[in-house]
Amino acid sequence: MQPGLYHILFLSTALFFIGVYGFLTRRNLITMLMSIELILNSVNLNFIAFNKYLWPNQMDGLFFTLFIIAIAAAEAAVAIAIIINLYRSHNSIDVENAEDLKY
Amino acid sequence: MPNVTAIALIPLLPLAGFLLLGLFGRKYFKNSSGIIGTMLLLASTVLALYTAYEYFFVYGKVAGVYEKFVALQLTWLEFSPGVSIDMGLIIDPISVMMLVVVTFISLMVHIYSLGYLKGEERFPTYYSYLGLFTFSMLGLVLASNIFQIYIFWELVGVSSFLLIGYYYDKPSAVAACKKAFIVTRFADLGFLIGILILSFSGGTLDFATLIERLTSPESNEFKTAAASTFLGASALTWGAALVFIGGAGKSAMFPLHIWLPDAMEGPTPVSALIHAATMVVAGVYLVARLFPIFSVAVPGVLEIIGWVGAVSAIIAAIIACTQTDIKRVLAYSTMSQIGFMMFALGVSNYGGEAGLGYTASMFHLFTHAMFKALLFLGAGAVIHYVHSNDMKDMGGLRKFLPITHITFLIACLAIAGVPPFAGFFSKEEILLAAFHNNMAIYWIALITSGITAFYMFRLYFNIFWNKELPSSAKATKGKEGGFAMMMPLVLLAVGAAAAGFIPFGEYVSSDGKALHAHFDLSFSIAPVALGLIGILTAFWLYKKQNDKPTKLATSLGGIYKTVYNKFYIDEIYLFITKKVLFNLIGRPAAWFDKNIVDGLMNLIGNVTEKISEGIKKVQSGKVQQYAIYFLGGVIVLAVLFIYIWK
Repeated sequence: MQPGLYHILFLSTALFFIGVYGFLTRRNLITMLMSIELILNSVNLNFIAFNKYLWPNQMDGLFFTLFIIAIAAAEAAVAIAIIINLYRSHNSIDVENAEDLKY
Repeated sequence: MPNVTAIALIPLLPLAGFLLLGLFGRKYFKNSSGIIGTMLLLASTVLALYTAYEYFFVYGKVAGVYEKFVALQLTWLEFSPGVSIDMGLIIDPISVMMLVVVTFISLMVHIYSLGYLKGEERFPTYYSYLGLFTFSMLGLVLASNIFQIYIFWELVGVSSFLLIGYYYDKPSAVAACKKAFIVTRFADLGFLIGILILSFSGGTLDFATLIERLTSPESNEFKTAAASTFLGASALTWGAALVFIGGAGKSAMFPLHIWLPDAMEGPTPVSALIHAATMVVAGVYLVARLFPIFSVAVPGVLEIIGWVGAVSAIIAAIIACTQTDIKRVLAYSTMSQIGFMMFALGVSNYGGEAGLGYTASMFHLFTHAMFKALLFLGAGAVIHYVHSNDMKDMGGLRKFLPITHITFLIACLAIAGVPPFAGFFSKEEILLAAFHNNMAIYWIALITSGITAFYMFRLYFNIFWNKELPSSAKATKGKEGGFAMMMPLVLLAVGAAAAGFIPFGEYVSSDGKALHAHFDLSFSIAPVALGLIGILTAFWLYKKQNDKPTKLATSLGGIYKTVYNKFYIDEIYLFITKKVLFNLIGRPAAWFDKNIVDGLMNLIGNVTEKISEGIKKVQSGKVQQYAIYFLGGVIVLAVLFIYIWK
């Protein structure tokens, strides 16, 4: 059985909600970051799938995906830098300890 | 031509004194401030005398008429081209006369205060205030436009306020200075509105142009002002009447006189300068300055002025008979004499023989400044000696204060109108002017001058005769005031005795032409006889200590009590303000402010606070909570976009 558009969309939706669930429930900042990466990758999958099945002659979705991967890398670098700094000042990377950042 | 530098320096020298002593006095001139102030004022006085000489004898008279000169005209505040407030120096007979009066009396007071206030803690402050007052009064006198006069008008009000409240640790002085300021401010509101009406209808602030436009019936300004009416009176009438209210407030005319007796809380030399000789006659000066408008354009208002003056004169004279505080007697006497000046203007016409009242008023202003300042300074010497204001503590002082006694007697004779002292001549002229124009006012004036003689000699006998003090008292009480206090008394006594011989009509008249007053000796019989009756009555009642005055007071009963309480005018004011205004307007307004206005504001504030209290909880700092809100929002939006807003 050839995998069709719906299979891929099902996969990406599943990935997206796994990411959301992880982001909302985990207390560890690194895990939360990983959840965000999952959400981003579900979006990437969507782009690729739509590109391939609806407009196979064009490359837009592909390029978008490449851009998102590049930006995600940069974002991960920044996020990890923030996490390291948080660890230095709070001695923990638990998100509940970062609540006082609102002040 | 006028010497601009000399004239400009007359007010500027006291101003320099005010700035110097006010800024650095307490630090650097602790002891020399009096001398500095006096020296500056001496220079001012010399310049004023020089200006007067030059004006009256050298350049002032052009073809038999004393001209008005505007010595200096500066644009002070320009709103737009053509609309500006100027500062100028006007030189005409009355302003030059006032220059001499103000600088001379102020100089006397400066010298006198050297002795009177010796050793005061705030000596430099006192002299700086005196400088401020003299500067503002001279500026008022020299003002060339109506707005400038208003500015200096308020400045003299402020300096009067400061000087009345000089003993600021005394609650009565604080109350008195507030009262003086509020009452005169209230009257000045009328003045300001009057200025606005007059200058709006005249299209200018400048005195000369204003008078020219508002007195010629052909000019457009006059026609417009006379045509526009409000409550049955023309704009011109309203303007002139409101300006007079300002003048009446400053000159303590009935019923705005209540501040003047209380103003006696200030140091006595201040009372002599401000509340007898200079500031309180500013109202008279203002009416005289605008006299052509009053007499030509709005004779009705001039008639009101006459009656206000006459009523003030007699009421004040009656009250003065019952007061026991010597300064208050003098205060009511001042009010009465200013009433004389006012109604003299009120019964005058413009130009020629009929303008006698104008000349008489200015003449009385001049002589009154001399003898009333002398009376106050004499009273100051007495107070300095016995340390009390009350007649009860005085008596038999003629042996202890010989110089004060003689000079005080001269001043009393002058104010009582006994020839040949100064008051006789000016009062005679006033009576003559009233006689020709308004018989009712003439009779009031005649009776008032009799009462004047009575209360002045009541004062005199009570201070210097009456009770005999034992001669041993001399040793305990010390000497009469020193040279600084006696010299002004003697100089002013010379003025009070001789000022009447100045042929005043030659120099000051309503239209600038010389006015030769005709004296009829038979006319003088009635006032002089009444004056003598007044003096003899006072002699009979008060020469020796006896029970006649008390008996008389008891036999008059209620009348005496009413007069003693100043006709309950203060009480009426208190009733109107405290009971009527406070209860009917003040309280409801306060309630409205507290409950409606404040309530509305509080409501808005409280609602905002409650809402923000609720919203505040949303910002928790929990990143995951934010993400849930975000997710929820996105889902809601998605549902909306997909199923509802297709």
